[in-house]
Amino acid sequence: MTKPWDTTSEHLLRELAPQVLGAVARRFRDFSAAEDAVQEALIAAFIQWPKEGIPDNSRGWLIQVASRRMTDQMRSEIARRERETAVAAETENLTSILEIEADMDPDDTLILLFMCCHPALTPSSAIALTLRAVGGLTTAEIANAFLVPEATMAQRISRAKQTIKTSGTPFRLPSPQERAERLPAVLHVLYLIFSEGYASSIGSHLQRFDLAREAIRLTRNTKTLLPDNAEVAGLLALMLLTDARRAARTGPDEELIPLDKQDRSLWDRLEISEGIELLTVALGKGSIGLYQLQAAIAAVHDEAGRAEDTDWPQILALYELLKRVSPGPMVTLNHAIAAAMVHGSAQGLQLLRALDSDPRLASHYRLDAVRAHLLEKTGDYEAAIKHYRVAAARTTSIPERNYLMTQAARLAGE
Amino acid sequence: MKYILMMNTMRAGHGVPEWPQKDLRTHIAFMMSLNKELRESGELVSAEGLSFPEQARLVRAGKNGAPVTDGVFPESKEFLAGYWIVDVDSAERAYAIAAKASAAPGPGGAPLNMPIEVRPIMSGPPLEML
Repeated sequence: MTKPWDTTSEHLLRELAPQVLGAVARRFRDFSAAEDAVQEALIAAFIQWPKEGIPDNSRGWLIQVASRRMTDQMRSEIARRERETAVAAETENLTSILEIEADMDPDDTLILLFMCCHPALTPSSAIALTLRAVGGLTTAEIANAFLVPEATMAQRISRAKQTIKTSGTPFRLPSPQERAERLPAVLHVLYLIFSEGYASSIGSHLQRFDLAREAIRLTRNTKTLLPDNAEVAGLLALMLLTDARRAARTGPDEELIPLDKQDRSLWDRLEISEGIELLTVALGKGSIGLYQLQAAIAAVHDEAGRAEDTDWPQILALYELLKRVSPGPMVTLNHAIAAAMVHGSAQGLQLLRALDSDPRLASHYRLDAVRAHLLEKTGDYEAAIKHYRVAAARTTSIPERNYLMTQAARLAGE
Repeated sequence: MKYILMMNTMRAGHGVPEWPQKDLRTHIAFMMSLNKELRESGELVSAEGLSFPEQARLVRAGKNGAPVTDGVFPESKEFLAGYWIVDVDSAERAYAIAAKASAAPGPGGAPLNMPIEVRPIMSGPPLEML
């Protein structure tokens, strides 16, 4: 018995991927090899299912294919070591799929998530491994999303797994204390996937895999696994409240449209109301954090019918909280913008001066961009033009550079 | 973050083609192994070598947009000999790779210390800062 492949099937396959990997890794006690085997099983499903239909027990099918790969690999490994006598004993590991499924643990996906966001990994390796092992993406899809060759991405993933192997991390859920310590790193990886997807969602990168949507899916799943954690909910809310503005963010020529000039009727009302609902529940839990605060700021923007209706005093108050919870030059910079909106550009410019000596920001385009914007508001066009141009020279984003150059040209023409 | 590492070297009529065989071999082996290393570290996006300047032509649009070609001016100081595009976690890592390429062995096996120009590849815009 099978059912036909349709538009939801790809989603089903990706949802099954971490469950299957959890079961196989648990069974064979080898995360790295299991991860390869599951990837092969996924690719086999992507090829066969659209043609032959989706098997009734689709998860069992994937477990079976992956387990077979594992056994084949173990056999050849054993043969290589000329220990044929051991073959029989090892093969017995492959009992029935039912037995493997019975051993499955609802926490498997969570174990995988903590494993993939291992502190020994660089952000780019953690991202790639998370997308493959937890997200069920193929190496080719991940390579496409990051515009690198598939072979390079395969190497990045295999090195990441080697690093985890070397670290000796067992396949089990970290202790509650360790989980609390490591959760920020996990959330950061999910956030980075989102921001990468968001950055690549315009311009010549339209054909790329939609990482922003993928990050939302993964964070949604993480929230199901950790339903009581306010920061997980806060991160999901932040993603939804930001993603809601996607369609309004660029114009017909892919040019960037700043928040105060966006056509707010293009904002996604469903995402906004879901984000606000999540945030309201999260804030009620009483453990405020970095993501909830950022989501709250995004919510204040999203709730304003027109740019001039934005509740800037509330945003300023939220940035003051954020400065305490998660201090950093970017927060200070955004705090200065909010202060300028409430108390006038002169005060904003005054606050920016404190950042001139911060080496983390001194040559960052964003400082010049904000300064240019505030100088323009005070009427000092000459200085504004200068800073818009400095910012244009320093940004590493083409749409942003176009935007900043256009701002300078507009003022120069006035 | 992606960076391009541009190897500027060798004026027309100078450099590599005149090296002794042993030095040439060492140099080529070094470049091959650098590319292999970058592929295995999961950082290589692409690496290309370019022809010697003899094959380079300067092209401009003439009347009616037809191409008008010209040889490269012989007094050109530097030529782009090849480039790497790498995807790395920091600018420092890109500089470290560039330094390694810069020290490719030349005549007598001594490091060339070629200038390598490193520049970020432009990307999409970052998340909106509020």
